[in-house]
Amino acid sequence: MKYHQMLIKTAALTLLFILFITACKNPSQTVKSTDEPITGEEVAVLTFAPDVPPPITRKHATKMIVNLEVIEKEMEMMDGVKYNFWTFGGQVPGKFIRVREGDLVEFHLKNDPSSKLPHNIDLHAVTGPGGGAVSTFTAPGHETQFSFTTLNPGLYIYHCATAPVGMHIANGMYGLILVEPKEGLPKVDKEFYVCQGDFYTKGGYGESGLQQFDMEKALNENPDYVVFNGKVGALTEENSLKAKVGETVRLFVGNGGPGLVSSFHVIGEIFDNVYPEGGSAINHHVQTTLIPPGGSAITEFKVEVPGNFILVDHAIFRAFNKGALGILKVDGPDNKTIYSGQQDDRIYQPEGGAVQTMPTADMATAKPLTKEEKLANGKALYTSICMACHQADGRGIEKAFPPLEKSDYFAANPDKIIQTITEGLSGPVTVNGKHFDGVMPKQTMSDNQIASVATYVLNNFGNKGGEFDASDVARLRK
Amino acid sequence: MKVLLFILAWFIGTAGVCQNKSRLVPMVLIQGGIYLPLYSKNVQEIKVNSFFMDVYPVTNADYLAFITDNPDWSKTGVKSLFADSNYLNQWRSDFIFDPETANSPVVNISWFAAKKFCECQGKRLPETAEWELAARASETKGDAGKDPAFNQWVLNWVTKPNPVTLPSVGSTFKNFFGVYDLHGLVWEWTYDFNSALTTGESRGNSSLDNNLFCGGGSFASKDITNYASFMRYALRSSIKAKYCIANVGFRCVK
Repeated sequence: MKYHQMLIKTAALTLLFILFITACKNPSQTVKSTDEPITGEEVAVLTFAPDVPPPITRKHATKMIVNLEVIEKEMEMMDGVKYNFWTFGGQVPGKFIRVREGDLVEFHLKNDPSSKLPHNIDLHAVTGPGGGAVSTFTAPGHETQFSFTTLNPGLYIYHCATAPVGMHIANGMYGLILVEPKEGLPKVDKEFYVCQGDFYTKGGYGESGLQQFDMEKALNENPDYVVFNGKVGALTEENSLKAKVGETVRLFVGNGGPGLVSSFHVIGEIFDNVYPEGGSAINHHVQTTLIPPGGSAITEFKVEVPGNFILVDHAIFRAFNKGALGILKVDGPDNKTIYSGQQDDRIYQPEGGAVQTMPTADMATAKPLTKEEKLANGKALYTSICMACHQADGRGIEKAFPPLEKSDYFAANPDKIIQTITEGLSGPVTVNGKHFDGVMPKQTMSDNQIASVATYVLNNFGNKGGEFDASDVARLRK
Repeated sequence: MKVLLFILAWFIGTAGVCQNKSRLVPMVLIQGGIYLPLYSKNVQEIKVNSFFMDVYPVTNADYLAFITDNPDWSKTGVKSLFADSNYLNQWRSDFIFDPETANSPVVNISWFAAKKFCECQGKRLPETAEWELAARASETKGDAGKDPAFNQWVLNWVTKPNPVTLPSVGSTFKNFFGVYDLHGLVWEWTYDFNSALTTGESRGNSSLDNNLFCGGGSFASKDITNYASFMRYALRSSIKAKYCIANVGFRCVK
């Protein structure tokens, strides 16, 4: 009897367990289905960066016809720098394709008759061999066709995969295809298309004229250009992305590569949402998101305050020396609580001046210097201490740092040089007819050093000459 | 069935009568040698015997002479089995083209037409190995395959889109063997242009696919830095015998 009870108990528990796992299927598990019927037919609207086709509002799957043309053409990589680009649609990156999960995409790849080479397309949104590459290998002047069903929602890169693949990508053959989830993406105010890519040219960054592809730099993954949307300045000045305070911005960001991982960051913004790697997971409060070559990310953020927000690859030399820089210009009223702007600017002097100890060694060995020695020492001191403000030519910087060149400030009384160095100078002053109102901190140098640099100044920058000794400095010190 | 059709087409194409009164293009001797195909997994050296090669690609004027003798191969006369609708697309009509292009290489020519032209001259289309052997010569070297400057020059041409009007033959450089325009003007048909995809057993074919379409597969190649050569193989693999392409011409050998 006891045995039977146990059996029933076990059976009941097993049943419960089965019920439990069926009811609580892992909610994050993805369900892929092709059972949604295909209704109707549409020709996909494709857009050039930074524009994005309108969101898909239909509630059913359809047959989407996508027409994409391969065009090889010379374009500018930077003002004055030309390059032979190979493109999907006539620009880099290629046209943005937007379809819906479950759609049947009928893809037409057309290779312009003027093309020198055959091309194909590998869409990462495709489930099937080569992502479509094998089915779309297209000779110049030909058109190929294949179809696929979009099983997985997400933001995907597409690229040419004809041998040598790296060179086809390095010449600009990539773009983005968005497979919008069935329920659609949340509504936002602005959507933009940004795609990073690296380019390998014979000439260095900025070298003008038609630049050839440099295979060695490509193999070393050492590009001279890392750019957003195919050109240095594609997203700056009049081409800046624009939004208004209070709007929500969504960036569809791709990285065509072929070589470099992007550390995508927008200076002065925090991404409220990031769909890392273009998938379905959402991460919040992200500063910088990694985008691998052949990968993507969707970032969303509300712009709360006005100003220029700078898109960069935070491997920062790429931004400032290789072109990976774009601007999102936000207009609208300030919000001083969120961001006040500069509230004050005052002098900060660590106690006792920048150098805390007197150079006693120098004093101990102090001996009279010849004028030549003073000029040589003075030049070295000027270069390391004074030049940052007064400049190499002694002309200073207007409205900030007074000139030493032909200076009328100390012409009549050269002692004023020594006094300025030993005591510093603060408040309004007029030099050569120009007004200045700043602060020069007092400098901690030995008497010999001050005599040297003052002698150097007197005998340079068109001043009338003269010489100081260490004893002059000692006399003038208070 | 496809194979049967192909053989049938070949037979008809080859069997037709052949009139030839056109002038012969001058030829030079190409010293034979060993050629290593780009997509050879093992060491598959090909021994190429010495042969004669046309100094220039066939021009529009040369081709007009051929058509005048063989109107079956004119724009309107050609059988659709042997050439697609782009055949001689740059010509205005059956016997008329822009006089300025008389000395430019003839393009938009199918493999069938190129083969027929050569046969009518008592010549033949070069095999890929022969063509590649002749084309690896720079101005000064018989084999410049490892010369970075030469490879870059070839690559630079490959990178540029086609010019609106093709220049005359002889406008590039004369190579070591005395042949002009193997690089820098147009692609050229070879007799076995599609063999990279159709030879071997089926499993081999699938890996050949990988070689051609995927960068990763390129490790199978003996010469992975010869990008221009990859592109020639890619171009050859993308076309079929009846295709007529705006930058594909030909020359003959014997």
